[in-house]
Amino acid sequence: MDTQALLVTLRLAAVTTAILLLIAVPLAYWIVSTRSRLRAPVEALTTLPILLPPTVLGFYLLVLLGSRTSIGRFWVHLTGHPLAFTFTGLVIGSVIYSFPFAVQPIVAGFSSVDTALIEQARILGASRARILTGVLLPLSARSISAAALLCFTHTVGEFGVVLMVGGDIPGATRTLSIAIYDQVQDFAYSAANRTALLLVLISVTSLIILYAWRGAYAGARHE
Amino acid sequence: MPERAMSNAPVLDAAIEYRRGSFELRAQFALHAPWTVLFGASGAGKTTLLRVVAGLTHPVSGSIRLGQAQLLDTALGITVPPGRRRIGFVLQQAALFPHLTGRKNISFGLHTWTREAREARVEELLLLFEIEPLADRKPRQLSGGERQRIALAQALAPRPELLLLDEPFNALDSSTRAFVIEKLRSTSVPVLYVSHSVADAWEINADAILLESGTIVAQGPTRTILASQREQLLSQLSQ
Repeated sequence: MDTQALLVTLRLAAVTTAILLLIAVPLAYWIVSTRSRLRAPVEALTTLPILLPPTVLGFYLLVLLGSRTSIGRFWVHLTGHPLAFTFTGLVIGSVIYSFPFAVQPIVAGFSSVDTALIEQARILGASRARILTGVLLPLSARSISAAALLCFTHTVGEFGVVLMVGGDIPGATRTLSIAIYDQVQDFAYSAANRTALLLVLISVTSLIILYAWRGAYAGARHE
Repeated sequence: MPERAMSNAPVLDAAIEYRRGSFELRAQFALHAPWTVLFGASGAGKTTLLRVVAGLTHPVSGSIRLGQAQLLDTALGITVPPGRRRIGFVLQQAALFPHLTGRKNISFGLHTWTREAREARVEELLLLFEIEPLADRKPRQLSGGERQRIALAQALAPRPELLLLDEPFNALDSSTRAFVIEKLRSTSVPVLYVSHSVADAWEINADAILLESGTIVAQGPTRTILASQREQLLSQLSQ
């Protein structure tokens, strides 16, 4: 077992999930409450990573983060090294790649909250921030947890974006899925099998938790 | 029963023009009595009218004045948001926050008050509606009547200047209904109360506004305005 790759994977998944929740919650709130014409294009953009091949996304990110663009040059000026092939670059790639898995469950959760409750909160003088923290978030706790779980699991299993943006640097950007690729390249099938089983275990456990929550929620609604 | 002493100035003075699809609402009215029943058939525009007064729905044009405060004047571009209108709103299905206890539901609108003032106000309302034993229960643990009493306490907590009630007593038995109305009257808060039931409106004994297809066709004492509807109901019942 490549412990270093496991640690990089878990760290990447945890950081990505935390950043995604911080971005997705306010964005989902904007999506469910806005009447702006920008809503449809923004929703389309947040869903795009599901349809794009990871290598396409990885390629554009590699170009964007490289020293040929102003963003890449600014980062080099700021930190002294390029973003590509670093853990930070990997986090940026993972955040973009898993974006739909954070935004869509939270939008669905917020949309399912009875509008009469939102209106009652408005009549009782609640600000937009208080409606979010005092009404929407507590009533969408399962959706937020589901989003976090999906983001974490999706990031654990990603390959294309990681390989394109992060490369394969042990201890920095080499994740479990890259480790499997390397093990297969080296004909180390037993090691690849153990790593693959670990990824399967993580995914299956996440899905069981997700469906158990859904079952418990459906049961509570029918009480 | 103690009721707010009414001066000549109306509690609420409104002129509203609202359109949505083929539905049009044109209403000009003033509330002088402590209780006013907004009476009309389903689809007449009663709920829309309440929502416009509460600030939840925006009319094409109009003006709304509550006491000394101008809540809406489309000509001058004035639109006071719902939370600053000093209006309470209770629906037929009590809109209580399911994750909060009765006590926290009642104090939801008091977040700018000091803790002591908030607790005192909640206790006062729990006593008024005789719901102290329900204070720490969540809405799903309450019956329809109990939820409705918490909802009324919640709406009254921030001391509104007007209470809008959208058929809130439909699911209540007659004794609970009489109890709640008596308690509401004791608070002296003016009430605009929607009903499509003649018997219900007759019993309230207040002023009435008769709304038909988005237009106010009559306004005055309930027993004058709704006399023909009552006769009609009585003759149907005697058949």
